[in-house]
Amino acid sequence: MSLWEDTIQGGASWSLILRRGNLLRLEDTEGGGNCAALLYNMDFPVERYNMPDTLKAQHIAHLTSGFVLYSDMGRILASVTNDSCGWHDPLGGFNDAAAVSAKYGAAPYQEHRNAWHRNSRDNFLAEAAKYGLGSRDLGPTVNFFSKIQVEEDGSMHFIPGNSQPGDFVELRAEMDLLVLLDTGQHPLDPNPVYSPKPIQISVRRAPVVLPDDPCRLSRPENARGFINTERYFL
Amino acid sequence: MIESTLRADDAVYGEVVPAGESWIHEIKKGQTFRIVDLEGNQAVDTLFYSAADTAERYSATDTIVGQRNIYLTTGTVLLSNLRNPMLTIVADTCGRHDTLGGACAVESNQVRYAIEKRHMHACRNSFLLAIADPKWNLAKRDVTANINFFMNVPVTPEGRLTFEDGISEPLKYVELRAEMDVICVISNCPQLNNPCNAYNPTPVKVLIWN
Repeated sequence: MSLWEDTIQGGASWSLILRRGNLLRLEDTEGGGNCAALLYNMDFPVERYNMPDTLKAQHIAHLTSGFVLYSDMGRILASVTNDSCGWHDPLGGFNDAAAVSAKYGAAPYQEHRNAWHRNSRDNFLAEAAKYGLGSRDLGPTVNFFSKIQVEEDGSMHFIPGNSQPGDFVELRAEMDLLVLLDTGQHPLDPNPVYSPKPIQISVRRAPVVLPDDPCRLSRPENARGFINTERYFL
Repeated sequence: MIESTLRADDAVYGEVVPAGESWIHEIKKGQTFRIVDLEGNQAVDTLFYSAADTAERYSATDTIVGQRNIYLTTGTVLLSNLRNPMLTIVADTCGRHDTLGGACAVESNQVRYAIEKRHMHACRNSFLLAIADPKWNLAKRDVTANINFFMNVPVTPEGRLTFEDGISEPLKYVELRAEMDVICVISNCPQLNNPCNAYNPTPVKVLIWN
């Protein structure tokens, strides 16, 4: 049962404190959505989600159930405990104002009111500033619901249709987190029309992490990551 | 594979960076910067910042999305987080360089290898030491996803990522032209736990031409 839930409109941003032991559920209600996320240790935000550490600890270039999101300090910020989608992208980053304007055309607030074209970088800057963070604190995101496939030659390909209406992913907070979210379109989404999709968010209590937790057992690295994380809270 | 026409004798700067050491230096717009893998298969962890404003820095995601390819080689334009060109790779005798493996840290070594390996020297401590002087206007939050020159981290279409034996050899090099004034920070990787340095970290040489 949800403690609370809400909808992030397409192209909008959100930020929240997600307490250790709570679970953030993201649902792509319409399908074809994208939700970029940045995670920080709420106590010391200089500890934050680290893309390379997450990938190399688990030998992955995508995220799904059983994998975890590492900080730069060898601790686990969050675990992917449930996922109906199968692939979430850690490689593609996010758009800025110039990229959105070049791809979709300009649509300023003055003429378009809240149907204006927003961009992820400005959204993240506004959310980050609420916690004393800024441009230097924005790094690679996890782009939930998007799939980028990398071929042997290194070329990157956006795979349409990765997320169907109702697809969802659940993140269990392993530390007290500051979470910044943005629902702008993925930078490699070939759709030429500005049409970011809404994402439903809800926060729930997560079941207690058991010794045989799938995220802990999925790799020996993750068992050690959980040890580091648990030591932080002793 | 594109070879350079520049002669080492004409360089205005040259220095050997031993394994486990860091190097920080400003490279001016228009200068050419070369890293030579002296003994082969040595990972050179590298970050770039705009000298005018260090909040603008090399961005792995913007660079790989900009060229729609995760590997760096001749022709690659390194983009900043503001999507401005910082440097262009103008010569490369290795073939490709890594954007996703990041830098080793004592904490990530604990996760990857063993809790009790925290004492082993690691790149991110070298980075932090290199930027410790306040004159650089850099701190830990500026240490983002770095380039690993000469390192081989293949990704598969199934979404797997592995650290493989190197594809570099003695005296392979990569050369970059600065498109803006940049601060370059290097950690010559001390990692002994995986094949990124062929289990034998070795020196590299950095050279600059006007």
